[in-house]
Amino acid sequence: MTGLLRRTVLTVGAPLLAAVFALGLASIVLLISGSNPIEGFGDMLRNGRELETIIDTVNRATPFYISAVAAAIGFRMNLFNIGVEGQYLLAAFFAAAAGGAVDLPPVLHVGLIFVVATSVGAFWSGLAGVLKVTRGVNEVISTIMLNFIALGGLIAWLSRVWVDDVQATNSGTKIIPESGRMPSLNSIVEIFTREIGKGRRLTGVFVVALVIGLLYHVIVNRTRFGFDLRASGSNPFAARAGGVPPRRMIVMAMLLSGATAGMVGMVQVVSDRFKYDQSFIQGLGFAGIAVALLGRNHPGGMMVGALLFGFLDASSGILQLSGSAPREIVVIIQGVILLAAVVAYEVVSRIRDREEARLAAEALAKKQIEVSA
Amino acid sequence: MSLATDNANLEGRATVAPVEDEATGLLARWRSLPTWLRWMVFAAIASFVLAAVQTFGTGETDRLTAATASQTMLRWCVPILLAGLGGLFAERAGVVNIGLEGMMILGTWFGAWGAFNWGPWWGLVAGLVGGALGGLLHAIATVGFGVDHIISGVAINILAPGMTRYLAGEVFDDYEGGSITQSPLVEDVGDFTMPVLAGGDIGSWESPDVLGSIMNRDWFFVSDFAGLTRGLMTQLSWFTIIALLLVPLTAYIIWRTRFGLRLRISGEEPSAGESLGVNIYRHKYAGVIISGALAGMAGAFIVIELTGIYREGQTNGRGFIGMAALIFGNWRPGGILGGAMLFAYPLGISLRDISEESAATHALLLVVAIVLFAVMVWSIVRGKKIDAVISGVLAAATAFWYFATDSVPTWLPNNMPYVFVLLVLIFNSQRLRMPRALGLPYRRGGQ
Repeated sequence: MTGLLRRTVLTVGAPLLAAVFALGLASIVLLISGSNPIEGFGDMLRNGRELETIIDTVNRATPFYISAVAAAIGFRMNLFNIGVEGQYLLAAFFAAAAGGAVDLPPVLHVGLIFVVATSVGAFWSGLAGVLKVTRGVNEVISTIMLNFIALGGLIAWLSRVWVDDVQATNSGTKIIPESGRMPSLNSIVEIFTREIGKGRRLTGVFVVALVIGLLYHVIVNRTRFGFDLRASGSNPFAARAGGVPPRRMIVMAMLLSGATAGMVGMVQVVSDRFKYDQSFIQGLGFAGIAVALLGRNHPGGMMVGALLFGFLDASSGILQLSGSAPREIVVIIQGVILLAAVVAYEVVSRIRDREEARLAAEALAKKQIEVSA
Repeated sequence: MSLATDNANLEGRATVAPVEDEATGLLARWRSLPTWLRWMVFAAIASFVLAAVQTFGTGETDRLTAATASQTMLRWCVPILLAGLGGLFAERAGVVNIGLEGMMILGTWFGAWGAFNWGPWWGLVAGLVGGALGGLLHAIATVGFGVDHIISGVAINILAPGMTRYLAGEVFDDYEGGSITQSPLVEDVGDFTMPVLAGGDIGSWESPDVLGSIMNRDWFFVSDFAGLTRGLMTQLSWFTIIALLLVPLTAYIIWRTRFGLRLRISGEEPSAGESLGVNIYRHKYAGVIISGALAGMAGAFIVIELTGIYREGQTNGRGFIGMAALIFGNWRPGGILGGAMLFAYPLGISLRDISEESAATHALLLVVAIVLFAVMVWSIVRGKKIDAVISGVLAAATAFWYFATDSVPTWLPNNMPYVFVLLVLIFNSQRLRMPRALGLPYRRGGQ
């Protein structure tokens, strides 16, 4: 029992310690620059209890979570899909363009947008997967290159060809009509709460994110494919000896990861901006990697991480308004939490390894005493 | 996690360096030539192809071999080169550094801060220190705590832009002409033009311009070569000269000094080094900190020499291109310089190419097609069927693109480096030889 308690404390303690460390460091930074950290964090917490801030947090956490799952699928078998960034941007661009170009009945229209998004995402990551298994190109390098080719190449080029209005400086793809938009979940939330104000709308993609999280859990932990995936990740040689085809696993994992990545941009495409333009939010891919690391690739852990990052993002607007601290402090907190957390995890796993070695040695010693006695 | 020998692992083969094909006659003689001579031959062939395309192929541009082409190329290659050399020091010590981009971003802020307050040379120093701090962070995480190298690099790439934004808001916002996204203008360090060859001044005497007069003669290839060479000697920033001198210096340090040997053993076979009494931790720390310092210097160069101002997002992925140059150059200083120049050339062409409907950039397509065609022929000679098919298809597609269009989209030159790297990895990943223990965690005593 104490062993279990100890293990839980170690597991939960590490990220908690990282968060405290990040807050401490952020406080020092704030103090140096002449702001009052207590006031700043107080503002964040006070506003965090507002219904609108919670909605905002969930809206921002949704793409973080999907992106984290995409990265985690690769991580589970030691594949680094650094390309989530390029995959989701390219997917969102094509999906928005397709959604704006056609006229379909409501459900079908949204369905088409999602199909386009997942296939484009899967295609772009699949390229990296195929290059890895056929030509031995490392996926970290190829996905980094593909990120740039997607954003600076394909999107920059096609957005000139496909723009809605050539004259406008920031026109982007055609606006998706009503039938291609996902309804907000406001009416469902309002059953339990007061009316949501300030024009906030809880994105319908939140449900999609929950389904993705559930599917991720089931596939990775409850299916043969998931077992093969984890086996290839923890010991590729043993997995191969056990009959797991490494090449197919790599391509499959990359395709799945890319398909998931394709849905990262959907919050903006089907429930917020309804188009892809210059101000489409970038950086969600890298944030997703951060959340996946923070949540240790665990479906629940990543959810906590995504909500934390979402809350910090939502708070940066509040800091801006109240003026109690510069909003950029939020990005620093996110970065420091991430670094501190991965360091803390590493330290914890070392402590655990040592513990196990000690227990094994003790058990062995006991046995030897019994034998000699 | 290893970076280049993945395929070998997949096949279940041992991950030793690939066996060199049996070199025959001409090839063996070519390989026995000194490195500098081989580079000269490469440069001559490249100029010849460019001159030929310009003269016989298109007639639409004379910019491919203009002095300005190589001059801009040299300026733009410096950040890539410095980042690549930075990557070299880390990776030779066995630490993958994809945080180069973040360290470069730190270098831009610190460089602008130092240059604005105390002049450009102090800007260089400040950028160096800023980048080194990023390197120190990466070293603490990866070497000290054994965090995965890619993960720590990603974290630094997330942290650095946030930090510089915060710092810019706190510091540059108070300067006149500065804001949260940019600094006031900063000075550059001045430049140098080679006397006699390129017409630079010696004291107050204006020397003759030998290459310049050959350049204007319109002799096929000779004038082109003179033009390109002259561009490399005209208005060289002192900062650029320092960066170029770092290439032989790095080669000397890596291959000829005790520190270099110990650095390399930290990246190749750390446990063997440990048994010889080498302090692996210390050398990995040193490698990664130097790596950050060079990346920071690259950032300072962008601010002081290229733009004259700190602007948010101005590194524009050059840290990653530097890493690409490192792989392209097969983890060797000279190769990194070659890669950096190759990647910067299209950028240099396109920058000067606004007025002519991108004719020069368009002509580059033909150059690429010719090179791909040469790869195809080479692959056929070597009996590599798949390589021949891939390169043949790509060559045909590029040639078609060239002949079917009159101009190229502006995004193309910016993306050429990334495409080049993918191509090099596709055709050549078996020949690349990265440090053996690259990316692997190391603990003293084999723990």
